Amino acid sequence: MLSPAEWDAIQLSLRIALSAVGWILIPGIAVAWLLARREFRGKALLDGVVHLPLVLPPVVIGYLLLVSMGRRGVIGQWLHEFAGMSLPFTWQGAAVASGVMAFPLFVRAVRLSLEAVDPKLEAAAHTLGASRWRIFLTVTLPLCVPGLVTGTMLAFARALSEFGATITFASNIPGETRTLPLALYSLIQTPGQEAAAARLCVISVIIAMISLVASEWLSRNARRRMSERDGQEATP
Amino acid sequence: MTTTGLQISVKKRQGRFTLDADLNLPAKGVSALFGASGSGKTSLLRLIAGLDKPDAGHVTLGARALVDTQGGTFLPPSRRRIGVVFQEPRLFPHYRVRGNLTYGMPASARPRFDAIVKLLGIGHLLERMPGTLSGGEAQRVSIGRALLTDPELLLMDEPLSGLDGARKQELLHFILTLVRDVNIPIVYISHDPQELTAIADHLVVLEDGGVLASDALEKVLLRVDLTRQLGGFDAASMLNARVVGHDRDYGLTELALDDERRLTVPLHDAPAGTALRLRLPARDVALALAAPEGTSYRNRLAARVETIAPLPDDSTAVEVVLALGEQRLRARLTRKSRDDMGLEEGQAVTALIRSVAFDTRWR
Repeated sequence: MLSPAEWDAIQLSLRIALSAVGWILIPGIAVAWLLARREFRGKALLDGVVHLPLVLPPVVIGYLLLVSMGRRGVIGQWLHEFAGMSLPFTWQGAAVASGVMAFPLFVRAVRLSLEAVDPKLEAAAHTLGASRWRIFLTVTLPLCVPGLVTGTMLAFARALSEFGATITFASNIPGETRTLPLALYSLIQTPGQEAAAARLCVISVIIAMISLVASEWLSRNARRRMSERDGQEATP
Repeated sequence: MTTTGLQISVKKRQGRFTLDADLNLPAKGVSALFGASGSGKTSLLRLIAGLDKPDAGHVTLGARALVDTQGGTFLPPSRRRIGVVFQEPRLFPHYRVRGNLTYGMPASARPRFDAIVKLLGIGHLLERMPGTLSGGEAQRVSIGRALLTDPELLLMDEPLSGLDGARKQELLHFILTLVRDVNIPIVYISHDPQELTAIADHLVVLEDGGVLASDALEKVLLRVDLTRQLGGFDAASMLNARVVGHDRDYGLTELALDDERRLTVPLHDAPAGTALRLRLPARDVALALAAPEGTSYRNRLAARVETIAPLPDDSTAVEVVLALGEQRLRARLTRKSRDDMGLEEGQAVTALIRSVAFDTRWR
């Protein structure tokens, strides 16, 4: 049903999007918490830097990644020396580019839900003997689950659709960095491949719909747990 | 001194409000912090619980320094071993009642779980989610949750304030049961004088961030100079009494204040020997120079005038403190009555009691 090239692109896209979401999860929660709960010097700067990928052209982000994480970049040199890793032109590089682009969306969603958690509940937990860390894990984070689900979904969708930063930083290598959008772009550039392009387009729509439905189901489940009555299911 | 209870000496500025309190609370029983809103009750409670830091001063519980700005000590709330019951129940919405109760429960408190659940009457709620509880039920769960942390001190910040009349009485009953059965000092915040006479042993009166009085409840209630703070028109004093017997035919109960003094009140169904607290509004106590004949006042008590003082806010009235044996009672008269009767300190009189309110507080 699917051609090997299509299958490659789908697998690659999912792998890249999932690892992008995977690596931004913890830093994203940490930054969202800092922005939601702490006052410190440089907070406005951090807020701005986090949001840059949202307002800059993706190609600019890709270029900045190339400058900093390329072989000659400060971070790139360090990575190469100590970890033997090279990011440009690899699927890991594509994951980094997608993650950077998805980061602000994730942080915004989590920050909003963190701000909605009543600090009075955390104070109560504190008087019950819980450490800051335990309060965060048992009260704050569970109450943020709807926001975490939304943020993860947004980040996943953004990572799947990432194009500009990826092609600039990781290039368009079949089987390595040629994700669905890049494959689609390549087909559009090739005369006589209109039907194949349309197929990829449909595949993209299907994947997007599946992830939307899944996230809706997850966050509804999370909310229902809290409004449950006597073991019966409440109307959401 | 070995057991010193709770020692507080704190200063804290919050905007234009300054809390400046020096207090010594007993290591046993219920100490009530009383005052109008804005008097600093809740600020003081937050300092004791560790939710705020004082600008200067210290709080010591028994031999443990909880905070000492000079010594640089500050224990976070999680390490103070102080249970807090807030105005709102603050239950965790994502845990069942059982999960809320066990949230802060150390293994050492596990054996007491069933007893506390039973005491608070929340056994049938254990598997419910907090969102489905009524206000009174939720507050009982939050009391249980605080008790199960095995605290050395329990703080309660107007736990009845969110409830309506009947629910309020019900929860007050549970709290009184707890005071009787659980041997743990309690600091109880309230702005309701009636609630206080029911529950407190020690009374602290706060105003504008300062301490006006801190002493045994009976003594503070006799402070005529605090009449306005203690309820003004409704200011009352408190008597301890014991049930002697019942006259079911007339629907009356006989109470003894001491060996000589008896009171007859509407039937109060408690076994003979039960200790009760009575609340007597000063305006419901009248005085006579000789025991009158043929009056409808059933309750006449031999008394001696101890002090006569003008009311701070009402120049037409005077307040008389009467000695009834060991106990003290307040009576409010018009200044004219006092002059007509020629009332003087040390004089023997008869106190006529118009009404008695009960606070069923066992000792």
